[in-house]
Amino acid sequence: MSAATLPPPGMTGAPAADAWHLLRLVQIGVAGGAVAIYTCLVGIVPVFAVRPLIIGVVELGQAALLMVFAAIGYVAARDRVKVSRSRAVGGGAIAGAIAGAMLTGLLAFGAILDLRAMFLNASPVLYDLLNNGLVVTGAYVPIVIGGITGGIAGAILGLSPSVRGPLVIGLTSLVFFGLFAGLLRTPMLVTPLAGLARFLFGPEGLTVAGGTIVFILSVATSVIVRTTKPRRRVAALPPAQRRLVVGPLMLLVLAMVLLFPLALGPFFAQVIAIVALFVLLGLGLNITLGLAGLLDLGFVAFYAVGAYTVALLTSTAEYGIAGWSFWQAVPFGVVLAMLVALFLGLPILRIRGDYLAIATLGFGEIIRILAGSDLLKPWLGGPRGILNIPKPIDVPPTDWLAGPVQIYYIALACAAVVGFVAWRLRGSRLGRSWMAVREDEDVAEGMGVNLVQTKLLAYMLGGAFAGLAGAISVGLVGSIFASSIQLQLSINVAAIVIVGGMGSIPGVVLGALVLIGLPELFREFSDYRLLFYGIALMAIMILRPEGLLPSRVSRRELHTSDEILALSDDQLITDAERREATAP
Amino acid sequence: MILLKAAQVTKRFGGLTAVSELDFELEEGSIVSVIGPNGAGKTTFFNCLTGFFHVDEGTITFDGAPIHALRPDQVAHFGISRTYQNIRLFPSMTAIENILVGQHNYLNSTWLGAIFRTRAQRREEEAAHVEALRLLDFVGLKNRGDSLAVKLPYGDQRRLEVARALANKPRLLLLDEPTAGMNPSETLQMTDFFRKLRGDLGITVLLIEHEMRVVMDISEKITVLDYGRKIAEGTPREIQRDPQVIEAYLGRDSATDAGVIEAAADAASADSKPSPEPPAGDGSRSEA
Repeated sequence: MSAATLPPPGMTGAPAADAWHLLRLVQIGVAGGAVAIYTCLVGIVPVFAVRPLIIGVVELGQAALLMVFAAIGYVAARDRVKVSRSRAVGGGAIAGAIAGAMLTGLLAFGAILDLRAMFLNASPVLYDLLNNGLVVTGAYVPIVIGGITGGIAGAILGLSPSVRGPLVIGLTSLVFFGLFAGLLRTPMLVTPLAGLARFLFGPEGLTVAGGTIVFILSVATSVIVRTTKPRRRVAALPPAQRRLVVGPLMLLVLAMVLLFPLALGPFFAQVIAIVALFVLLGLGLNITLGLAGLLDLGFVAFYAVGAYTVALLTSTAEYGIAGWSFWQAVPFGVVLAMLVALFLGLPILRIRGDYLAIATLGFGEIIRILAGSDLLKPWLGGPRGILNIPKPIDVPPTDWLAGPVQIYYIALACAAVVGFVAWRLRGSRLGRSWMAVREDEDVAEGMGVNLVQTKLLAYMLGGAFAGLAGAISVGLVGSIFASSIQLQLSINVAAIVIVGGMGSIPGVVLGALVLIGLPELFREFSDYRLLFYGIALMAIMILRPEGLLPSRVSRRELHTSDEILALSDDQLITDAERREATAP
Repeated sequence: MILLKAAQVTKRFGGLTAVSELDFELEEGSIVSVIGPNGAGKTTFFNCLTGFFHVDEGTITFDGAPIHALRPDQVAHFGISRTYQNIRLFPSMTAIENILVGQHNYLNSTWLGAIFRTRAQRREEEAAHVEALRLLDFVGLKNRGDSLAVKLPYGDQRRLEVARALANKPRLLLLDEPTAGMNPSETLQMTDFFRKLRGDLGITVLLIEHEMRVVMDISEKITVLDYGRKIAEGTPREIQRDPQVIEAYLGRDSATDAGVIEAAADAASADSKPSPEPPAGDGSRSEA
C-alpha cells in the first residue's frame, strides 16, 4: 500500500501547490521512516520494550516509536496548520503513515532476508512488537499506528494553545513519571507513604491508576497556572509584597535542595553529588566561556591538577607525600590549578576563537597523557592510581553525613560561592571587560582594555574553580587514576554551559541536571547515552540556540521582540513598564 | 600647540605600501579631515595612530610622547578615542554597558573589590552610571540606556559609538566616516554635534569622510591622501582648487567635471539646509 497516493483532505484548486505539499509530506514521511527504522535496528525499541511506562498499557519501546511518529506528524503539520486544522491532521496522518509503511517494509525484508546477520536487534522480538497492534496483528499495523499517531499530533497542533499546552504537559508528565516511577517508589517504601507508593508506582513504570492521577494532576496544574498566571501577578506586586511571596518560596526551594539526598536515599545522593560537582565545573567554565567568550576545551587539565594535588597531599597509601587533611590540601590544589592556568594561558591567549579551542584541547590532552605516562609514574602512580584518599569530613560510615551526602553539600556550597562570584563580577568593570572581549576583542582593546590581563584573569578563575571541583571529586571517589582524566569531561562541561545558556547561572544548573543527572539516573540505558546526548545537543542547538535557561540578554539577542513577548510573562511586564516609562 | 605629529610614517602589507612617508600635524582644538579615494590609506593611517597597526617606519607622537610602538589599550590611555568605519559596538551589551566599557580607563575597582562590593567600588559604579547616563543624554539617546546596542536604529548606533568614545574622556577623537549611511538631515545633525564636541568639550577632532559637503562644511584643514601619499593639504578653499586633488578624484581626463567638489562645497557653505535632491558629488563619484 502506498500512502502517498491518498488524496490530502480538503484538496482544492492550485494543483501545483498541492503537489508540492504532497511531495513535502513524502519527504518528511521518508525521513521520519528512516529515523523509525534506525531506532528499531539500533535496538532502542526492542531493548526498551521490557521497561513499562504504564504497566500493562504502554512500554518505553513502543513509546519511543510513538514519539517518533508524533514528531513526524508535528513536522508535517507545522506548515499546514496555518491553512486549516483538517489539513494539519491530514498532513500528519499521511507523513506518519508513510513512515509506518517503511517499517512495514522492514518487516517484509525481515521475512525474506536474515537481517540479524548484520543488525543484531532485527530479532523476532522486534518483529512481534511491530506486528502487534493490541487489537489486530499484521504487517500493516505500523502504517495504521503511524497514521493515527501522526494525525493525533497534527490535531493537537491545531488545538488552541489553552488546550494544547495542558495536554502536552500531561503527556510529558506521563513519560517523566513513568521513567522515574521506580526511583521515586524505592525511598517512599520505607516511609509511611509506602501504601501510596505501591498504589501509584510499580517497580518500574506507573500503575494504571497512577498514570491517570499523574495525567489529571499535571493537566489541572497546568490549567490553573495558565488561568491565574501567578508569575505575572507576583511580578505586578509592589516590591515589598513581592519579597513576602518570593522569600518563602526561595526558602522552600533551598530546604528541598538541602534535604534532597537525605530523603531520596544513597543512590540519588551519589547522582546529585556528581551533578553538584558538574554544576561547580560548569559555573567555572561559565566565567571563561560564558562571560569572556574563551572556548576552553582543555578544562580537564585544571581539574586534573586540583585532583592530583589533593590526592598526593592527603593519600595515606603509596605515592601520598604529606598525609594532610582534605581541608589543608584543597587551597594548594586550587592555587596550583590557577598557576597552571597562568602558565598555559600566557602563551596561548593571544590566539582567537576556534584556534584557541584547539590549543586548549591540546593542553588538556598533554595533561591527560602526562598523568598516565611512564615518566610521571613514580610520582603519580599512572594507571595504578593513588588510593586511600580520606573523606573531607571524617565520620563513621553509619553517620548521615557519610558517603556522597557530604560531597553533595561541599560541592553545593562551593558552587554557591562560584555562582556568587560570577554574579558579582558580571556587573563590575572586570565583567564588562570580559563581555567586551567576547563581543569584539579589537574594539575592547581600543577602549583601553588590556587583553592579556583580562583574558588571563578569566582563564585563571575558571581554572581555579575546575581545580576545586577536581579536589572535591577525589574526596568523593577516594582515589584517582590516570584514566579518570578524560577529554570527555571538558566536552561535557562545555556542553553544560552551551545547553544551559551561555553566561546564565540557572542555565548551568539545569544543564548539569539534564546532561549529567539524567544519564546517571538511567544507567540501564547506558548503551544509548551518547546517542541521546547527541540528539539532545542537536535539538537544543536547532530549537533553542540560546540554551535552555538563557541569560536575559542573549534571549533578547537571538529572538525577535514578538517571540520574546511570547516567551515569558514577567518579560511582558517589564516591556509594558518600559513603554509606560518612555511615554511622555 | 601641536597635539599629534606623525613623521615619515610608512606602513606596508607585503608588497603593498598602504601609507607612505606621511608627515602629518594636528593642531590642538582643530577639526581636520582626511580625504582620498577608496584604498588611499586613510583607515590604515587611523589604525597606525591608534596602535592597531604598528608603523614600519617613522614616528607618531602625541603631546610630545611617542605612541607608535604602543598597544591600542595603551594608546587609549593617552586620551585618544576612535569610532569605526562600519559600526563596531558590543552588540549584545546594553547601551549603558557599552559606555561603561568606554570608561574602563577611569575605573579602578579590582576583581576582589567587585566580589566583596566594597564601599569604594559601589561609589565608583554609581558615579560611572551617572556619567554614562549623562553621555547618553549628551548624544541624544536619553532613555535608550537599557536597549541592546544591536537593537538600536542605525543612526542611534552611530551616536552610541561616539558616546562610547567620549566616555574615555578623549583629547583627540578619530571618526572614521561618521556620517556614512545617514540621510541629509541626520548628517547635518552630526556635523553640528561635532562642532559642539570641539566647542563645549575642547576635543580635537580628526575625521575620515567621503561626503564632500560635510568635509568642506566642517573642516578647518584638509589632508588628501592618494595611494598612501599625501598629495595636498590646506583649507577647504585651497583643496577645492588643487589640480592634483581633482585629478586623484576624477581622473586625468575629467577636467570638465572639476566643478563638482567646488559645487558641493559651495552648496555647503552657502546654506546648511539639506537639499531635496542628492548632492551632485555622489552621482558623479558613483559613475567614475
